[in-house]
Order: sequence, then C-alpha cells, then structure tokens
Amino acid sequence: MTTALVTDRAIQIIYLVSTALFVLSLKWLSAPSTARRGVRAGEVGMLLAICATLLYRGIVDYKWIAIALVLGAMIGVPLGRVAMTAVPQRTALSHALGALCVALVGTAEYYLRAPHVPPFMMAVLSMEVILGSLTFTGSLMAAGKLQEILPQRPMTYKGQNVVNLALLAIAVALAVLLVMDPGRTRLFPLIIAIPLVFGVLMIVPIGGADMPTVISLLNSYAGLSAAAMGFVLDSKLLIIAGALDGSSGFILSVIMSKAMNRSFTNVVFGAFGQVQAAAAGAEEARTVRSATAEEAASILGAANTVIVVPGYGMAVAQAQHKVREFYDALTRRGVDVKFAIHPVAGRMPGHMNVLLAEADIPYDKLLDMDAINPDFPQTDVALVIGANDVTNPAARNDTGSPIYGMPILDVDKAKTVMVIKRSMSPGFAGIDNPLYYLDKTLMLFGDAKAFVGEIVRELAGETRG
Amino acid sequence: MTDIIASLYVFMLAAFVGFEVIRRVSPLLHTPLMSLTNALDAIAVVGAIILAGEHKSGLATVLGTIAIVAATSNAVGGFLITDRMLKMFKASKTKKP
Repeated sequence: MTTALVTDRAIQIIYLVSTALFVLSLKWLSAPSTARRGVRAGEVGMLLAICATLLYRGIVDYKWIAIALVLGAMIGVPLGRVAMTAVPQRTALSHALGALCVALVGTAEYYLRAPHVPPFMMAVLSMEVILGSLTFTGSLMAAGKLQEILPQRPMTYKGQNVVNLALLAIAVALAVLLVMDPGRTRLFPLIIAIPLVFGVLMIVPIGGADMPTVISLLNSYAGLSAAAMGFVLDSKLLIIAGALDGSSGFILSVIMSKAMNRSFTNVVFGAFGQVQAAAAGAEEARTVRSATAEEAASILGAANTVIVVPGYGMAVAQAQHKVREFYDALTRRGVDVKFAIHPVAGRMPGHMNVLLAEADIPYDKLLDMDAINPDFPQTDVALVIGANDVTNPAARNDTGSPIYGMPILDVDKAKTVMVIKRSMSPGFAGIDNPLYYLDKTLMLFGDAKAFVGEIVRELAGETRG
Repeated sequence: MTDIIASLYVFMLAAFVGFEVIRRVSPLLHTPLMSLTNALDAIAVVGAIILAGEHKSGLATVLGTIAIVAATSNAVGGFLITDRMLKMFKASKTKKP
C-alpha cells in the first residue's frame, strides 16, 4: 500500500471510532449518573474526527482552516457560558449555526460540481440547502423571540398557511427543475432565498408557549439537513450524526406535540400558534379566594406532602433560588416536597428541570407528569408557581375548551391548591382556568419570587417563635 | 449508485438506533439531550474543513471558512453548556452508614 492509501484508510478507521463514540455518547446520556461520561465520549469523538480530517491529503492550505477553528472556538466559549435561563435561545441559536454551516457547504458543493451533478445527488443537495436555509432563519427568529428582541406574541393573518405552503412548494418545484437539469445555475440562488424567507414566515405565527415544539422541530430539520450533507459528501460519519440528531429532534417534537394534544401533522404544517379566541365574559361573576403569605405558610407548615408545579412564570420571575429555600424550609420540617414537571412547561423540552437543578434541587424530586399524577389525590398542598394551561381541568372535562384533550397535571385533585399569580388575567393562550374558582383553591397574588420569599420568611419565623 | 444505496442503509439503521437510544433518555435530561445532539451535529465541520482546505475555488474557500467558524462554535459551546448543565443534576444526599 502507498502512504496515501494508508492515510486514507487511517482516516476512515478514525471516523468509524468517532461514530461509535457518538452513539455511546447518546446512550450514556440516558441517565444522570452516566450523562457526563456521554459528553466526554462526544468530545473525544469530535476531536478525533477533526484531527483525522486535517490529515486528508487533498488539503493544500491550512491557514484559513486554522483561523476559522480558532475563531469558532472563541465564539463557542461564551455561547457555552450563558446563564441557564438563556438556554432556550442559545439552543435556537445553535440550531441556526449548524444549519448555516450545512447550507454554506451545500452551496459551495453545488457551484464546484455544476453542471455535472447526478439526479440523486442534486436531489439531496437541494434538500440540504432548502432545509439548511429555512432552519437558519427560522432558528434565528425563534432565538429572537425567546430573547425578546422580537415580539413574543404570535402574529397571524388570513391565508398565512397558504402563503407559507405556496412558498415551500415553489422552492421544491425549483429543486425538481434543478434535478432535471443541474446546469440551470440561475435557479440555484432561489432555492436558498425562498427557504430563507419561508423560515422567517414560519416562525412569525409562533407564540412563546409553542416554543418547546418548534425548537424540537428545528432540531430535527437541522439534523436532517446534516444527514443530507453526508449523502452529498459521501460521509457515513455525517449521515449517522445527522440521523441521530434528526431522530432526537423528531422524538422530542412528538413528545411535545402529544403533551399539547396536537397531531404531528398539525405541528409539521405550521398550523400551530393560532390563538384560539376564548369565549370571554361568561365567567365574570365567579369569585376566588385569596390568601396572604402568612396564611399560606401556616397551611404549608402543617402539611405532610407538598407538590410544587413550576411553569414559565417561575423562570421569568427568576424565582428558582427562592423555590430552593422554600424546599429547604419545608424539608427541614419533615414535609415531603416534590416537583411536578409538565413536558411543555417552560420554553424548551426539559427547561424546568435545568432551572431547578441549577438551584440545587435534587433531581430525584423532579417528577414528570405520568409519574406524579397518581400522587395528587394523596397530596395536602399543590403549589402552582407561574404555570397555567398545564393545570387547567377544562382540558379534562370541558369539550368546548380549546385545550380539551391536552394531558394536564391533576393539580385540582390535591386537598388544597395554591396558585401564585400576578393577577386574574388569563394565561398566554387566553383561556380561563376553572382551577382558580374551586373552593379548595387559594390564590396568592404577587410576584412569584417575592411571594415565595415571604412564605419562606413566615416559615422561618414560625419555627423560631 | 451502489454507494448511494449503501448510504441509505446507513441512514436508515442510524435513524433506528437513534430512536432506540434516545427514547430511553429521561425527560429530566431533555434540555442537555438537545444541546448534546447539537454539538454532535457540528461534525459537519469535517466537510467544511475539506472545502476550505482544498482551495478549489474562491467561493468554496470563503463559504467553507465561514462554515468552519459556525460549526466549531457550535461544537465548543454545545459541549461546554451540556457539561455545565449535567454537573448541576445531583441526587438527594443519601445518609451514609
């Protein structure tokens, strides 16, 4: 064998090792005890693959590669050090960066190869560029909304879905023309530009509460576009990494859409985010019972079991560290405190778990919906902090409700319910919550962080007195 | 053509493996899962490196270089934040005998 051939083989073998490490990385991530080992495996796999690629003999100049690697690392470090509350927008931004890389490589490959591109290659190349471009702008829009640079309210207009689908159809039709004759280089910029516009329009009607589904979906698109790039470059490593990322995003999208009782097609075709106009006015006369921090603290202090239900409101109020003090105060008194996490609580899958883990709450106290729902009937107090729709009993029994059928946390089955809320204004989706009018419900009006702080003080004061 | 078919097999099998492995990830870790898969996805950098290094055309070098920057920042940032998140997940302190 010649040296060149040996090098080529060596590169392929290293890629094979990297692939195995990537699969192991995800396997180890399945449980908190082995998860960090998973990150190590991923890092080693990535490093090996990059080093092997640098050995590739077709590379004639390392200057730009070196500059780009250093620059990328310099941008990456601050992106890895953002606050935990900013993780959803950081994630959206990284979908955008991944998609940008894929779209740029696809574009360059096309101009290097045109017009000699076989039909199948042109088809995957088009898919790579279309998915990459729409994921790039779509993710930037999502990041902008999450960072609140862009308005979070969904913007809808008549015929929105028709316009969006028409745009996508045009892009696909142009791709078909390119497959038939890859020499039509003038068409190529259009299959970049149209998806770029589509990506923006796709996210315009999305509101904050739909972000967990949308981020997962963009994740899936980013993975698929990378897999398509693997086909174009004939890189099995890339095909596998893309397939893993794509299926991860797909699974999360399915979990999220199930948790919101939406069919998957409903999500795929961007029909989400429509704010259903709730029937207003009918409920005005109902009364609520409110309570002070002192009253709440005395009930909580006498309880045996408490379940806390956190929602996005907790993240907005940055109340997670106060919630930790609250957890400590009750645990010290021998109260059993657990946390009920709805799959779509927060702005991305698992968002609440990360915030509560950051506040040092043990992860075995964080239970997902299916695990905790049977516990509510035996629970003395359910304390809802900044969550609304995921606790709405109308989803279970009111067939007329826009959220009817959505799986919810059975908060209303607890012996006493407490809800910390700024005011009686309905939640994001504009749907009234009958939970607030139950006889066993106490409304605690105020800022989540301040109110939990007051309860903690009251609990401490009582112990001393 | 056989290459393409082989690649399709690889893609299909990898997707199945992905489903099986990722289905087992606890909902507790869905956020780190997403940031880790994002970091792994940055393996696209290998394509970008070859593109930038081969110098086949000015356009390819420029696009390849930008693509390396985007992918590398994703890899570095993604691994860093995933590890930071996972470090925070602690079990209840069990009383040692």
